[in-house]
Amino acid sequence: MELTLSVLLLFMIIGAIYALFAEDLLSALISCGIVGYGLVICFLLLKAPDLAIVQIVVETLTLIIMVAVVLDSTRHDLREKVVIHEKGNSYINAKYVFNVLTVLVLALFFLFFFNQAIYKLEAFGEHTTRMATAYIEQGAEKTGSANLVTGIIFDFRGYDTLGEATILFTAVVGVLTILRLKGHK
Amino acid sequence: MQGMSPIVKKVAQLVMGFIFVYGIYIITHGHLTPGGGFAGGAFLSGTFILLVLSFGSNVLNLRREEEEASEIEGLAIFTFLLLAVIGFLLGMRVFFGNFLPKGRIGELISAGVIPLYNIAVGVEVGAALLTIFLALVIYKEEISK
Repeated sequence: MELTLSVLLLFMIIGAIYALFAEDLLSALISCGIVGYGLVICFLLLKAPDLAIVQIVVETLTLIIMVAVVLDSTRHDLREKVVIHEKGNSYINAKYVFNVLTVLVLALFFLFFFNQAIYKLEAFGEHTTRMATAYIEQGAEKTGSANLVTGIIFDFRGYDTLGEATILFTAVVGVLTILRLKGHK
Repeated sequence: MQGMSPIVKKVAQLVMGFIFVYGIYIITHGHLTPGGGFAGGAFLSGTFILLVLSFGSNVLNLRREEEEASEIEGLAIFTFLLLAVIGFLLGMRVFFGNFLPKGRIGELISAGVIPLYNIAVGVEVGAALLTIFLALVIYKEEISK
């Protein structure tokens, strides 16, 4: 499993570096997609199918929105080409077949990894994993907090909480930026 | 935005202080009882949202209030980061180290820095929600002008 993970991480790093230096905005976006979908498979291999599902949905939605924005704002030539080729039936059919085949291949690919991830999970009914047992048994003494949840989110998982607070901060900045009609005097 | 009926105003006046104090209780007792910074911060911002909703948008200087709320929010998240870094600098060698003495489990002043984290996150969440609400109210006022 470590070998698969290293190869995946290598691909993700190459994709991220390519996204930085790509001349075309669209190819940069697609190589960002490599990073996102590689992360899905990483989550699946590391026994976190819930995170993988969330990552698939978020990655697909943001990729579609970003590609639509890029196509609408920069690639005017692409749209004209499609209009020209609409007369010939064969080109459009080949495109549709290609699209459907891509979707099927991707679906089978992720199905394979999800199937593998399910076999690696604990059996149904065995709910406490190794980490959770340690938290429950030693959490109160190690953090000194009587409320175990607070002890976990501010001590063992402080990075998570920092991320949540940052997300809230970013949301506020976004709302203030979008809803501002007049600038400050 | 118009205010609501006198009944709503009177009930809001009576209830608001209790909600605010309850929010402070939830935040400061976050390491003892269920709740904590995130839940208590929502209470704190709820008080101000109730005030603006029941008394109309002329009760406060909304623009100044929004600016101050976003400043307080930035300061609170900065305090949170500072607390996390102080543990690193004082020789814990980990980010988010608990550098204060832990005390006895179950007392109000215990668990080291966790109550301070709770207070910082509570203020941050309250100010953030209030800022978003005030931004929406100001946007509506400017649109309807």
